[in-house]
Amino acid sequence: MTIPNLDFIKELSSGDWAFEQKFIQILKQEFPLELEEYQSHIDKAQFNEAAMNVHKIKHKLSILGLMDDYELAIKHEEALLNGDTQWKNDFYRTLEKVDEFIKTI
Amino acid sequence: MNCIIVDDEAAARAIIGQLCQAVEDLDLIEEFSGAIDAIKFLNQHNVDLVFLDIHMPGFSGFDFVQTLKDPPKIVLTTSDRNFAIEAYEYEAIVDYLVKPVTAERFEKCLQKVRNSLKRPVISDGDSEDFPGGNELYVNIDRRLIKLDLKEILLIEAKGDYIEIKTDSETYRVHSTLKKIKEKLPSSLFLQVHRSFIINFSKIVDIEDNSVLIEKNVIPISRSNRPELMRRLNLL
Repeated sequence: MTIPNLDFIKELSSGDWAFEQKFIQILKQEFPLELEEYQSHIDKAQFNEAAMNVHKIKHKLSILGLMDDYELAIKHEEALLNGDTQWKNDFYRTLEKVDEFIKTI
Repeated sequence: MNCIIVDDEAAARAIIGQLCQAVEDLDLIEEFSGAIDAIKFLNQHNVDLVFLDIHMPGFSGFDFVQTLKDPPKIVLTTSDRNFAIEAYEYEAIVDYLVKPVTAERFEKCLQKVRNSLKRPVISDGDSEDFPGGNELYVNIDRRLIKLDLKEILLIEAKGDYIEIKTDSETYRVHSTLKKIKEKLPSSLFLQVHRSFIINFSKIVDIEDNSVLIEKNVIPISRSNRPELMRRLNLL
């Protein structure tokens, strides 16, 4: 299992600590909202809207170095657009992993 | 040049913003989380470049481009590779960045933008429109990349491929020199060797058996030399 990391952000920041902190705060604020919105759309079977949430979340997966999870998100997003939820449980595990990580940074 | 960012994702805006900060000749003047506010801003301000997310709630990046009467240069930013071909149907769209954007890719993108913002040199030759159009589309890794003919320096045959060199990049395309020659305006391009076609307007100087195209020394074959000499405006 790939573990989330901040390597991309550290490389991008080139030692700009203020930017790293700002970005972490954005993650802490934005990710829980996206997660909540995604879950709400899944619960209401609003799969097109859920796919849009997955689309936004998958960017954060790549930022956090989770490339396998990113590929999973691509499949999940496409499946949701066809009303197919076969990757839902796998994607939940990814979301839980990211949620846990964000609480530690 | 100045720019704005339009993206509903704060993390994406932060990354592009950070990349902009590191570029001396780029001034990030505003960020928008929604398309409507950005359109209002563009109607009131002169903006050179827009970093635009394709996926925004209720309003796609393509809707955005179509809404603008006189759009500035636009770089699309997206987590999705599937829109690349559609992107190049729009004159204003200069590049297509897949998120997360790295510093290296960002710099390449800016070079394309700078090139596209260059005003044409005041000369009849440079302002010429070619009958087949001023662009050439090449297929690279299933993406149709738009090349401005006037920015091509030279084309070199390399086995089953050709390499198209521009000011900023070299594109490797599965094709032949013969095929591309048919697509190029003969008023601008000339084959000087069995492996080389050059952009005539990019010649720096000519020696006996070679021609200098920017920093590239290109051989001139004996059979192609008379045509090259004929076309020179010799004193």
